[in-house]
Amino acid sequence: MLELKNISYSAENEDGVKEILKDISLQIDDGFVAITGPNGGGKSTLAKIIAGIIKPDTGSILLDGEDITNLTITERAKKGISFAFQQPVRFKGITVHDLISLAAGKKISISDACEYLSMVGLCARDYINREVNASLSGGELKRIEIATVLARGTKVSLFDEPEAGIDLWSFNSLIRVFERMHATLGGSIIIISHQERILNIADKVIVLAGGRLKAYGPKDEILPDLLDVSMSACKVLTDKMEG
Amino acid sequence: MNNTERELLKIIADMDGTPDGAYNIRANGGLADRKVTPNIDIKSKTDVQGIEITVKSGTVGETMHIPVIISESGHSETVYNDFIVGDNCDVVIMAGCGIHNCGDGEARHDGVHSFFIGKNSKVKYIERHYGEGDGKGGKVMNPTTVVHLADGAYMEMETTQIKGIDSTNRITNATLADDATLIIREKLMTHGEQIATTDFTVDLNGVNSSTNVVSRSVAKDNSRQEFKSRINGNNLCSGHTECDAIIMDNAKVLAIPEITANHIDASLIHEAAIGKIAGEQLIKLMTLGLTEAEAEEEIVNGFLK
Repeated sequence: MLELKNISYSAENEDGVKEILKDISLQIDDGFVAITGPNGGGKSTLAKIIAGIIKPDTGSILLDGEDITNLTITERAKKGISFAFQQPVRFKGITVHDLISLAAGKKISISDACEYLSMVGLCARDYINREVNASLSGGELKRIEIATVLARGTKVSLFDEPEAGIDLWSFNSLIRVFERMHATLGGSIIIISHQERILNIADKVIVLAGGRLKAYGPKDEILPDLLDVSMSACKVLTDKMEG
Repeated sequence: MNNTERELLKIIADMDGTPDGAYNIRANGGLADRKVTPNIDIKSKTDVQGIEITVKSGTVGETMHIPVIISESGHSETVYNDFIVGDNCDVVIMAGCGIHNCGDGEARHDGVHSFFIGKNSKVKYIERHYGEGDGKGGKVMNPTTVVHLADGAYMEMETTQIKGIDSTNRITNATLADDATLIIREKLMTHGEQIATTDFTVDLNGVNSSTNVVSRSVAKDNSRQEFKSRINGNNLCSGHTECDAIIMDNAKVLAIPEITANHIDASLIHEAAIGKIAGEQLIKLMTLGLTEAEAEEEIVNGFLK
């Protein structure tokens, strides 16, 4: 179980100091949780704070009751937190097999690595020995990124907009990946997403806007309101389009 | 041969015991062992230090080992090795030099390798340079490689200097005839106060000749590297040169790729990139459970793999 207590974070930009997250407190149990909300609402920052990439100004983070606020990225990873980047990183010379082995924490066989790649809809034979470099498309990289999190199989798996940069065809298989993950991977699966179809397979939905926690609850309670609000978000635009 | 020398042979030439095929082992300026085969002859030169290796036309599937080791501090040598490969061959040449210097004197190997590759022959040349030993004496290697590729010849050169050489000045000059291809892959890592310069010149003289000169290097600590690559397109030809370097600590890296088209149908490209390890690369590997130091090592090892 992951618990955030009174998390706040500010960052400096051109206009001075901006509050990115304001006093966020929430508890994430095992299961599938989607974090959604408008761009700039603080979703990615929150995920990075959980993974230890960003340190909050105030507040604390607890994993199964243990305070991990001051642990490094590496220490948190070893405690069981995984993070799939929104924009996956490229490495010259490191192959897909190498990366999945590093994720698994041991040199894994080609057939095991292939298993993870197949789960994200990649034909393993074509990818296993390829370098994780600029020759891979954005969509391919995203799927490899997801495969690294599957290979880790930790108790908390964070995905920052896994659908971004993925084409429609791949998106359908991505949904199946998460559905399968939901059924097989234990622990907490936390996905930042704008996609209704991803929100639909979540158990719970967190809405972050303007750095604040706007709503958190079971999908069936949150989603109808959310969709309703977004449909009527810009009446001028809808009127124009309809008119 | 003692254990140190045997270890050096393993590192530079993958030699564990006596290899199959022809070989010539040079140790501390003298001949340690040699074997010839019906197709590959090796003779010592009489006017200068070095050997002449002759590969009969039509030799296919043979591998030869030509390692050099120096374990005596203060030993310095200049060696001239000629490789004369006939037509229609397909052979692998494993060369390399290992220095173990525990003393205060400089140990130095200057090797001049000349390749004359016959028509339609294919040669893979693998060269590894390695130094070890905690003496104050320098470990210096200055290899000069001269390559002449006849019509339709293909040569792949893989040169690796990963550790322990204090100073190196590598010069490679190549001329290519019609339909000849030269692929060069250089891997280099410098650390401490080391200095490494590499200078490639490839003359694409023949119709449809082509080359790809690729260097990947890592410069650590206070080391310095200079990479120069010159491709001259003198006919209908294609050439590509690429230098990719990771810079760390207080190191300095200079890259000068140069392409000259002397013919309207010469197609030449150069690329050079120098940069430190990206922070996000470290972070990604740390999210997989690696420490920062382990992440750095994986990135460097992968880059030079």
